Amino acid sequence: MNALEITGLHKVYKNGVQALKGIDLRVKQGDFFALLGPNGAGKSTTIGIVSSLVNKTAGQVRVFGHDIDTDLETAKSCIGLVPQELNFSQFEPGLQIVVNHAGFYGVPRPLALRRAEKYLKQLGLWEKRNQPSRTLSGGMKRRLMVARALLHEPKLLILDEPTAGVDIELRRSLWDFLREINANGTTIILTTHYLEEAESLCRHIAIIDHGLIIENTGMKSLLAKLHVETFILDIDRPLAAAPPLPAFHVQRLDELTLSADITKDQNLNDLFAALSAQGIHVKSMRNKANRLEELFLGLLAKNGG
Amino acid sequence: MESRYWIAFQTIVTKEVTRFMRIWVQTLLPPAISMSLYFVIFGSLIGPRIGIMHGFPYIQYIAPGLIMMSVITNAYANVVSSFFGSKFQKSIEEMLVAPIPNWVIVSGFIAGGVVRGLFVGLVVTAVALFFTDLHLYSFWVTAVVVLLTSILFSLGGLINGIFAKKFDDISIIPTFVLTPLTYLGGVFYSIELLPPFWQKVSLANPVLYMVNAFRYGILGVSDISVINALIVLALCSVALTAACIMLMNRGVGIRT
Repeated sequence: MNALEITGLHKVYKNGVQALKGIDLRVKQGDFFALLGPNGAGKSTTIGIVSSLVNKTAGQVRVFGHDIDTDLETAKSCIGLVPQELNFSQFEPGLQIVVNHAGFYGVPRPLALRRAEKYLKQLGLWEKRNQPSRTLSGGMKRRLMVARALLHEPKLLILDEPTAGVDIELRRSLWDFLREINANGTTIILTTHYLEEAESLCRHIAIIDHGLIIENTGMKSLLAKLHVETFILDIDRPLAAAPPLPAFHVQRLDELTLSADITKDQNLNDLFAALSAQGIHVKSMRNKANRLEELFLGLLAKNGG
Repeated sequence: MESRYWIAFQTIVTKEVTRFMRIWVQTLLPPAISMSLYFVIFGSLIGPRIGIMHGFPYIQYIAPGLIMMSVITNAYANVVSSFFGSKFQKSIEEMLVAPIPNWVIVSGFIAGGVVRGLFVGLVVTAVALFFTDLHLYSFWVTAVVVLLTSILFSLGGLINGIFAKKFDDISIIPTFVLTPLTYLGGVFYSIELLPPFWQKVSLANPVLYMVNAFRYGILGVSDISVINALIVLALCSVALTAACIMLMNRGVGIRT
């Protein structure tokens, strides 16, 4: 069964901006799905329409088979939304925010309080539950929105850049938490600008640009399309120019750093051997960019972005 | 009401009441202070010089109007500020993404406004009792009028909140429409004191009906027919309820 099924989705805003130009998207139940795209590509508009914060111009959206035109309330009850921007009262304490959210979904208060304790503890917010939310740190506010979205135990969790501005330690703990709830059966759709995040978490991916889906595939098959990876090499002696290596494309970045493009039919051992033959030894090495980032930029460039 | 709708409704009302109780210095104290000043100045100082109006001392005559004025302004202010505040902070999205119909959201905000209107009405009544005697002439008329009035002005506040795009927009209507209508709505005088032309003009002011009907409920005197007042109140409430639900369904001011 599809957790989300979008067909021919169009959105034209009142100012004439055509944000979506006929999107088709399927997300299977239980999937961990990444929706990527540059700023203004249409990600948040898509999420806004699915969660009924934005009116669509044309097209169909079904959430677990429930059409948002004919069965909106059931569709809504399946979704938990973590929006990009903070959207809770800054004056209310965290506990009140999450319990009220449950109330809006018809969850009785005693059950809401039990769930609030469970999720606020899991997300490290229980000690701060009675503090006004404006006094929480940025990372805590984001986690509060995650806890809030889970209070009605949705089947589909949509996260719009949930880790923006969150430090790396908290980001990774949030990833572990999301992996856990996905393993427990919740379908997750994630938009992010951290492509490492998408690569690490998601099994399927769609890339949206200029209001169109330009790629929609499995993460593994997308990464398999990567033909060239660029590595940064820290070398042991200063060079005035890039060493002449006919089989490889090597550039000098500074006197102690080189960059090397490795195609799919080449390997790093051959590169190291060629460098060693010229008396150059590699002290350390790293990817120039995340693998998904290279693909992402390549796809956008192909699409005219 | 379906049980989940009932839970959602209770949640919105509780949230609203908690909000205005949390900021009681801004919401409950000012009406008590300003009404005390009205009673001191218009009632105790100027009132004895005005004498008797419709058979009552002036301070007693204006007391129901002043109570009603507080109910009107507070019911309106509660909903307009809370709804616009929710839009401004985007916390309105918490309700918009939830599986609750718009009529439940409208009912919740209106109930919040009614609770504040009635609460402030009680506070101001308590203040009034320090200055004059008040007896209920008709409990039912008083109760129905105060309830319908607080509903009507809560609805007005909601419509203002729906259309408001900036903070200025939530003060324009109270300042330039609500205050003149209230002051010219017979709070401080009987329209019998006006020339015939202005008496007729006054009849177009809905606040006149509320103040007079409420005064009838407490003192038993009114410039206009109480039945007419109740009909006007009921019709206006139904019309504004329909308008609010239609605006919410269309997503005016809340959905792009």
